[in-house]
Amino acid sequence: MNGGRILHAGTATGPVLRLDEPVSFWGGVDPKTGTIIDRAHPQVGASMAGAVVLMPGSRGSSGTPGVLGEALRRGPGPAALIITKADVNLIAGTIVAAALYDVRCPIVQVDDEALASLSSASTITVAADGELVVDDSTSESNPPAGV
Amino acid sequence: MRLSADQQSWLEGRAGRAKQLAMELMVAAADATGADEFVPIESAHINSSHYSGQLSLDFAEFLLAEGATLAVPTHTNASLIDCSQPHLRPESSDPDAVRGSIRLMEIYEALGCTSMWSCAPYQQPEGRPAFGTHIAGSESNAVSFVNSVLGARTNKYGDLLDIAAGITGSVPLTGLHTDEGRLATRVFRVDVSDQLRADAALPHLLGIILGQETGTAIPVLDGLGPMTEDELKAIAAAGATSGAVGMFHVVGVTPEAPTISDALGGRAPGRDVDIDDAWIERTRARLSAVDNGPLDAVCLGTPHFSIDEFGDLLERLDGRRAHDRLAFLVTTSRAVDHELRLRGWHDRLLDSGVTIILDTCTYYTPVTDGVTGTVMTNSAKWAYYAPGILGVDIAFGSLSACVESAVAGEVVR
Repeated sequence: MNGGRILHAGTATGPVLRLDEPVSFWGGVDPKTGTIIDRAHPQVGASMAGAVVLMPGSRGSSGTPGVLGEALRRGPGPAALIITKADVNLIAGTIVAAALYDVRCPIVQVDDEALASLSSASTITVAADGELVVDDSTSESNPPAGV
Repeated sequence: MRLSADQQSWLEGRAGRAKQLAMELMVAAADATGADEFVPIESAHINSSHYSGQLSLDFAEFLLAEGATLAVPTHTNASLIDCSQPHLRPESSDPDAVRGSIRLMEIYEALGCTSMWSCAPYQQPEGRPAFGTHIAGSESNAVSFVNSVLGARTNKYGDLLDIAAGITGSVPLTGLHTDEGRLATRVFRVDVSDQLRADAALPHLLGIILGQETGTAIPVLDGLGPMTEDELKAIAAAGATSGAVGMFHVVGVTPEAPTISDALGGRAPGRDVDIDDAWIERTRARLSAVDNGPLDAVCLGTPHFSIDEFGDLLERLDGRRAHDRLAFLVTTSRAVDHELRLRGWHDRLLDSGVTIILDTCTYYTPVTDGVTGTVMTNSAKWAYYAPGILGVDIAFGSLSACVESAVAGEVVR
């Protein structure tokens, strides 16, 4: 059991995608597929679609709200974002996607230690109060929320 | 978070869904940055009007349909296309992007925004906020210029947030909006030869170095003489290209740095960094892949060419014509183009084979003539971005070298 600070409220469940470095959505993620396309990123080629994405730090850019929001509009956006540094551009993308398309991608802020402990989970459920419920079983087959 | 009665009512939706969404975005921005109050702004320069996919269009349509109104004068950053001369970008290149850009122009004009379509708003009276006033900026070079050169105050607001600031008329009081957040934290001593001091590329290369070295710190440059606004523009643009410099000081030049102690707020800096000739030359070499041979295009005006820069260009052209084999493209704003026409310079430029492109920038927009092969530019920002976006090879040089190369049809050093 873990909790975090809610930066954008909502509920979601999904398989964990742990990023070793922050990614800039603009130029770094293809909104049509949710795939990380930044060739310099350690997880290049991985898909965020339906995943609870654990991301250290922050690399928000001016174009980030549009790209994250566009991925959520099309479908292959992340189910939830768990980040260590509050990033206004990520939050803006999820607020507008919720307002325009009724697509929810909760964002929860945790500290570095909590992020590390969460990264071994196979599935995480984000509760409405920001609680993060971890499922360590590898046979987890819950469908990802939000897609 | 302290909200005014108005802000509270907007958040509750009593002024419509558009104002509510805009206020939600600004409260989220305040929460994320830890600000506990808002500060009124006098204007906004927005990039949300730059087409970036269906969401950018849907968001604008939402604002229009919900009757959004602007709280402060709001003007547009460069568009994805030349909205004034759409024929310069064939629709076939990306029909959605071209139609979307035109629709975004219609929407933001209908919302009451000034159709400035310029990345250099500070070259126009309405884009030059007074010293000490707060604005909401978006375009990275303009954010840095406004903070550093004009002494007005802005953080860099991303898409959606910039127009939300224009609609609500205030921004979280944090970062570069505060006295403390504007103090220099790293000193760069410029110790270069007289030859380099006379080199028009120096400000561009200093900007690239600042961007690479400073991270989130605020740099102060010491050891430079008087500088023109166009030279300071070059530092601002390059520093926000290779890094994320939102503000810099130049001792004795920029308004918040009459002395180095003023720039530092009286605090002791960390270790000084010395910039010498060798560092400048290494930086130049990395920007420029081509030293000689045939040239396919010259691209100037990143950020948008000023009227002074056009004067300099005409003087160097001296009535000569660019070689037929190449495209000579200069990007600028509608306002500067208007001034070119008043002065009779527009026709002289066309006679010299120059194509004047408005509203946009040639490093990201396909142009009818095509920008391919080897391209020469005097802009470090153009040289930094274009190889990745357009797949071109760069010859980086001074304006003088660009003109001589354009006339010769090959790279001249």
